Amino acid sequence: MAELTYRDAVARGIAQEMARDPDVVFLGEDVAKAGGVFKATVGLYEQFGPLRVRDTPISEQAILGAAMGAAMTGLKPIAEIMFSDFFAVCFDYIANEVPKSRYMTNGQTKCPLVVRTGNGAGSRFGAQHSQSVENWCMMIPGLKVVAPSSPVDVIGLLAAAVRDPDPVIFLEHKSLYGTKGEVPDGEILDKLGTAKILRPGKDATIIALALMVPRALQAAERLAIEHGIDCEVIDVRSLIPLDTQTILGSVAKTHHCFSVEENPRLCGWGAEIMSIIADEAFYDLDGPLVRITTPHIPLPAADILEDAILPTVDRIVDRVRRTLKA
Amino acid sequence: MSKKPTSAAALNDDIGEETRLELYRSQVNIREAEQRAFDLFLQNLVKGTSHLSLGQEAVAAGFAVAMKKGDLSFCTYRGHAHTLARGVPVEKVLGELMQRDNGLMRGKGGSMHLTSEEHGVMGSYAIIGAHLPIACGAAWRAQYKGHSDVTTCFFGDGTTNIGAFHEALNFAAVWKLPVIFVCENNLYMEYTPISEVTAVEHPAADRASAYGLERIVIDGNDADVVYRTAMKAYEKARAGGGPSLIECMTYRHSGHSRADPAKYRPEGELERWKERDPIKIYRERLKQFGIGDDAVAKIDADIKRIVDEATEACKASPNPPMDILTTDVYADGGWAWRN
Repeated sequence: MAELTYRDAVARGIAQEMARDPDVVFLGEDVAKAGGVFKATVGLYEQFGPLRVRDTPISEQAILGAAMGAAMTGLKPIAEIMFSDFFAVCFDYIANEVPKSRYMTNGQTKCPLVVRTGNGAGSRFGAQHSQSVENWCMMIPGLKVVAPSSPVDVIGLLAAAVRDPDPVIFLEHKSLYGTKGEVPDGEILDKLGTAKILRPGKDATIIALALMVPRALQAAERLAIEHGIDCEVIDVRSLIPLDTQTILGSVAKTHHCFSVEENPRLCGWGAEIMSIIADEAFYDLDGPLVRITTPHIPLPAADILEDAILPTVDRIVDRVRRTLKA
Repeated sequence: MSKKPTSAAALNDDIGEETRLELYRSQVNIREAEQRAFDLFLQNLVKGTSHLSLGQEAVAAGFAVAMKKGDLSFCTYRGHAHTLARGVPVEKVLGELMQRDNGLMRGKGGSMHLTSEEHGVMGSYAIIGAHLPIACGAAWRAQYKGHSDVTTCFFGDGTTNIGAFHEALNFAAVWKLPVIFVCENNLYMEYTPISEVTAVEHPAADRASAYGLERIVIDGNDADVVYRTAMKAYEKARAGGGPSLIECMTYRHSGHSRADPAKYRPEGELERWKERDPIKIYRERLKQFGIGDDAVAKIDADIKRIVDEATEACKASPNPPMDILTTDVYADGGWAWRN
């Protein structure tokens, strides 16, 4: 057992898989010699050499296209798109090519690849380097979408993503890179499509993803201490496949559900989950389904503005308290 | 009177009778199948869209005959020709165009996405430029694993003005990948002359120097020229010499898609190009090399029969069954995204 940062967990997860399988290769901008702009891939180039860990030009279409072609023909590529906002310049691969080839070819084409990317706000980078794009990915049939919130989950879910036969979008949160957590020694392998109950509770369910998970946990502690409200906090972790059973099971117990979403409000991931709850667990509910999200505006750069726009611990506490005390 | 060809050798034939007949057969096969696709469209039996390669057969035939087993092809939505040229049965192609259960993908892909991995046809891509980077990835795998196969990526002149073309060319050149980029310059990007929207005369070849590649423009209606150029490029790629970019000058006899009557052509242009019809050229060529009319007639009759039989099989084939609607979204064979 050792304490590891989320950042170092990325490199450890990739290294674990590259050491295990010689068909795993890794490409992206500044990922090899420089160790990544977020320093999340330091040491891989030295450990696995220039044939397996490759710097690319600033060509996001070439990166994802090459990853796809390699995956189709037998490799297991991990491709990095530096900022998730850049998905917009290679979206053809994310929306049209990678996810649909298997279906269109009646199962002939295989596409076992992982696209890693730095997602989310908190770095004061402004509207084109801070977005949470999990909802862009969740809406596409054929993809799997994962967003870990802790170092141990980074390793385990990354390993599961690499070994998965389907294309997986792996969203790392930029504001979590510096956070630390306990990580066991040895191989770590988790399972896609599994949510985790991080804090059991009986009064309300809070579902959260990535950076919103630690905020939801802090809010739950305050709600318990300050207001006597006992919240169950679920880290959704995997948007596709989606572990609806864990969520529905929790709502059946607590009768209330709140989502904490960093993505802008319209068509955020929580809306889909809430609609499932409304369809399938309506009679379990004792109150409205409440989504706590970033509003539907572009992200500002200034720290004071950016901090004001994302869901905060205060906002979560306030919304849960007001809803339950109403 | 007709002296049998010891003359082929005498004429310094580097290609040889067997390969020539293969080149001819492949072109006629494409011509007949494409013509049949057009006829079936007129009978409302080809659904959706379709993009024919009538007039462009020599490019597909020349490259495919030069390929080795295991080499990979990436095509565009105008990909029937390249799919047929790799040996995919006509019935499978027409069946997909007719969206029947006997189609290559049982109707799940349609005419723009013909794929037969067992024949090395790694897909037909309907988003302009998308497959150039994908072809790079296939070539990267060969390089990484030490495989000897070469990847060929076919595209039209219109593709040369989209970003993915330039990203892929640079990427392939920097990584020295065993990939051949083949531009079929048929003079029109969909409905607009390519010359009206491109800064250089040769939309592919004149960009080659930007990626440190040789400028290659060839007569794409002469299957011999295509075949020789392809052989040279494959040899270079297999020897580790990196990518090639080859611009083949050709012309499509039909419109861009089935919706296009091609009224934008200047008068006489189509007729002039029909004088240079690749199949006409090749029949002359066979004659020139002393290959008898009998062999040609036999191929023509063979192909006609195959296309007729394929057409009947497709007409008799049922529509795809409903139970394939949700298969193969994910690798487990299904479409489940939640528990």
